[in-house]
Amino acid sequence: MFSSNKNTYAKNEVTTWPIPNYWDAVAIVLVLAIIVLLGLGAKAMVGQFRLGETIPISLDPMMLPYYALRTVLRMLIALICALVFTFIFGTWAAKRRQAERLIIPMIDVLQSVPVLGFLSITVTGFIALFPGSLLGPECAAIFAIFTAQVWNMTLSLYQSVRSVPEDLKEVSAVFHLSAWQQFWRVDVPFAMPGLLWNSMMSMSSSWIFLVAAEAISVANQHITLPGIGSYIALAIARADKAAIGYVIITMFLVILLYDQLLFRPLIAWAQKFKMDAGVDDAEPESWLLNLFQRTRFFRHGGFYLEILWEGMINMRPLRWRLANLNRGEYPELWKRYLSVMGYIALISVLFIAVFVLYRYIFTLVSLYEGVHVLYLGMVTAVRVLVLIAISSLIWVPVGVWLGLHSRASRIAQPIVQFLAAFPANLLFPIVVIVIVRYHLNVNIWTSPLMILGTQWYILFNVIAGASALPRSLHHVVATLNVRGWLWWKRWVLPGLFPYYITGAITAAGGAWNISIIAEAVRWGPAQLQATGLGAYIADVAAQGDFRRLALGIAVMSLYVLALNRLLWRPLYRLASERFQIR
Amino acid sequence: MKRNNEIIIEVNDVKKSFKKPGSQELLVLDHVNFSVRSGEIVAILGKSGSGKSTLLRILAGLIKPTAGEVLYHGQSVQQPRPGLTMVFQHFALMPWLTVLQNVELGLEAQGISREERRARALAAIDIVGLDGFESAYPKELSGGMSQRAGLARALVVDPEVLLMDEPFSALDVLTAENLRGDLIGIWQSGKTHIKSVILVTHNIEEAAALADRILVFSINPGYVRSEVKVDLTHPRNDQSPEFRQLVDGIYRWMTKPTLAEIPEAIRFKTIDMGYRLPRVPIPEMMGFLETLIDHTERQVDLPRLAEELHFEINELFPLTETLEILRFAHVSEGDIELTPAGRQLASADILERKKIFAEHVTKYVPLARHIRQQLDANAEHEILEEFFLKELENYLSEEAAEDVLTTVIDWGRYAEIFAYDYNSGMLSLENPE
Repeated sequence: MFSSNKNTYAKNEVTTWPIPNYWDAVAIVLVLAIIVLLGLGAKAMVGQFRLGETIPISLDPMMLPYYALRTVLRMLIALICALVFTFIFGTWAAKRRQAERLIIPMIDVLQSVPVLGFLSITVTGFIALFPGSLLGPECAAIFAIFTAQVWNMTLSLYQSVRSVPEDLKEVSAVFHLSAWQQFWRVDVPFAMPGLLWNSMMSMSSSWIFLVAAEAISVANQHITLPGIGSYIALAIARADKAAIGYVIITMFLVILLYDQLLFRPLIAWAQKFKMDAGVDDAEPESWLLNLFQRTRFFRHGGFYLEILWEGMINMRPLRWRLANLNRGEYPELWKRYLSVMGYIALISVLFIAVFVLYRYIFTLVSLYEGVHVLYLGMVTAVRVLVLIAISSLIWVPVGVWLGLHSRASRIAQPIVQFLAAFPANLLFPIVVIVIVRYHLNVNIWTSPLMILGTQWYILFNVIAGASALPRSLHHVVATLNVRGWLWWKRWVLPGLFPYYITGAITAAGGAWNISIIAEAVRWGPAQLQATGLGAYIADVAAQGDFRRLALGIAVMSLYVLALNRLLWRPLYRLASERFQIR
Repeated sequence: MKRNNEIIIEVNDVKKSFKKPGSQELLVLDHVNFSVRSGEIVAILGKSGSGKSTLLRILAGLIKPTAGEVLYHGQSVQQPRPGLTMVFQHFALMPWLTVLQNVELGLEAQGISREERRARALAAIDIVGLDGFESAYPKELSGGMSQRAGLARALVVDPEVLLMDEPFSALDVLTAENLRGDLIGIWQSGKTHIKSVILVTHNIEEAAALADRILVFSINPGYVRSEVKVDLTHPRNDQSPEFRQLVDGIYRWMTKPTLAEIPEAIRFKTIDMGYRLPRVPIPEMMGFLETLIDHTERQVDLPRLAEELHFEINELFPLTETLEILRFAHVSEGDIELTPAGRQLASADILERKKIFAEHVTKYVPLARHIRQQLDANAEHEILEEFFLKELENYLSEEAAEDVLTTVIDWGRYAEIFAYDYNSGMLSLENPE
């Protein structure tokens, strides 16, 4: 064929294993430590457990590293499950229209169901699945965290796979890549940056559910899984300030470790998947990635992993192009018949579900109470909107200032991301103490709790938006001497709008979820309950009143869906059509 | 290059139309017939939007024709076939793979072993002259180097036919020159087993420099209007008289009206509402007219004008077409001549210009006339653009309809025959008469 004897400058394949260098030593220690820890944690997860048995939690700070390990393990498993789910359903929805029509609306709805709602319903189910083992409650906790993370990631993958450039798809066709090969060589790499970013975001927003996920109190059962969440729950019940202090420090460290050891390296590595070479923003760096890239032994090992990976992608049986199958050689009529049947099936399932739910709830619950719950939902909705407005008023100016000063924003961005991850319920006790001491109106003063954790999304989106404002337009505005309110009205606010809306949508969604733990708070013996749907749900969940629980969750989902369709989506569309600076 | 005249690809009566629900069929290609023999480079030359890229994709098996078929060695092409590869206009390299991995992609898909893959890929990279950049990522490469990588990727699978979709149009002039020369070098060297190359381009000089046969493609619908055989040997000197003659000849072909016989009375092109107007901004139009009027001779030679203005000849086409539609100039046999109205327009001041322009736009662009008439008839003299878009979609695709409407709105606003509000998408009469 072609003849060439030239030596090239490509990576040379060394046939003998290289001598490990300094970096290898560090990397080995890190990797072994992590493996050992994970193993320890995993073993503990399948320990013995009987229903009704209380698992002792100690407030001794020495137990915290162990608890942290258990919690981290749960989060990791939830993340992996979420990834698997994402790869299956996200791709399926992206590749098949019929699947898309079903999956995407379902995810839409599931996204609006409060996470803690999922938890209460599935706990008994999981316990029944694994009788006698700790695995039951563990699975329930993991499942709860899974639902907090997964919808976002699935939608991100779906979007990305759908928007693979036509060019690259044509290349796969011309060079005879099978569907399997195309998926791993084109679709997944293209989706990688978005997926990783969303995973990171999902992870950080799920920390807050730890307390409820691990200290499960459903149907008058109190199961406390060893973990940071349970520790926090116990500390709050015993009003132990020192314990709260210890746990705050631990959370700092845990989030820091997650960030440095998992996400930053992944995001730095994912830079190579970015389509456009954005020279402007500084490329994210990770010391861990650099460490591994400088090792010799590990890189050589990585080389063999690569061969394994390629073997998986290019497996013989999966190489045949199912081209003709995909062409859908069904006649038009058959296709239409199928889709009509599909719609009928869908609608009938919907009707049946609504009917069953209705009967279930309202056989024991009066219609009057149903209306009352709707009213509670309205109260919470108003709270959410008012809080978004207030925190916007506070954080938008701050965000703009930070965004316009690049040095300040470079320092601030990671801090704000960190704050967004930090479980805000650790700060709830402070607010409770203040309310109790000064006899403040519970309804008004527990509201900020809802936004405490999620306002950071507004802030860092605004920072991102402000720093993305084009320099040239800044200069124009300056030369025209535009200042004061006009500067905001005509230049900065419109320019920020798309970013702000993204932040507001995320913050609102988070606030609804958190309302369940924010509207009913406690510190030691003091228990505060505000009027609102969140408090209602928390209440009936603790009592195990499943009918009312179903009612509460259904109403909350309805409200979230309605607000999404009527408020957030149109605003988002407005932002992307009119306010995008191209 | 040895020519043994074996027919490799036959295109038989290919027709391609896009059917939109509830409206007419959009005929993109109709009655396309030609064949490609072993040992020749064929260029498909046509204006942008003439469906030639669609034709190339049908040849590659990426799209199925509505009627007719493409035969490769006598067998119908329904999907991509080994032996046919493609080089893309915007390189289409995977950003997350190195040059070497990108080039190996086709071989990997076939399940070829690592060692053989690497050897063949390195050889291909060597041939295209990208040595030393094997471990570079596409974002580190310039346009020319990226296209070399794309070429290497296409060559490494040992194809018989190389399909190229405007491969040099995304590159700057010098790099394109360089790459063209290298392509001919590879073709002539015999280092590959390629038997023929089919090149799609809108650049007349490129076609003349590379091809052994040029198929001049017409637009709306696309079909092969004429075939020009090129007998010059490589390397071709683009300053030589034979070359210039060839280019002029092609040019004359491309500017000839489509009707074989032109009745004397109808010297100009009349268009209907669904005509795909070229997107020409008003300042460009005016500038061009001013340039024309500066010339003393009545009939100005287009290729010379193009050189003067540092345009590629085919870049002039939208301008000349627009002026013809508006009856400000007349093009034939490679020359352009201003009509009396054109002369008037070119020498008038800004306000006078607008008046003359308004007159001609209303008279000769049916869509503009239609919009004005509808606005006059409407009670509030206000109509949403969607209304006209829907009408246009009966003739054109969604994208094309938007394009055409934007162009007409542009011209209409300049002529002040109607006004447009971007936010509400509303067309209106600012000063109703």
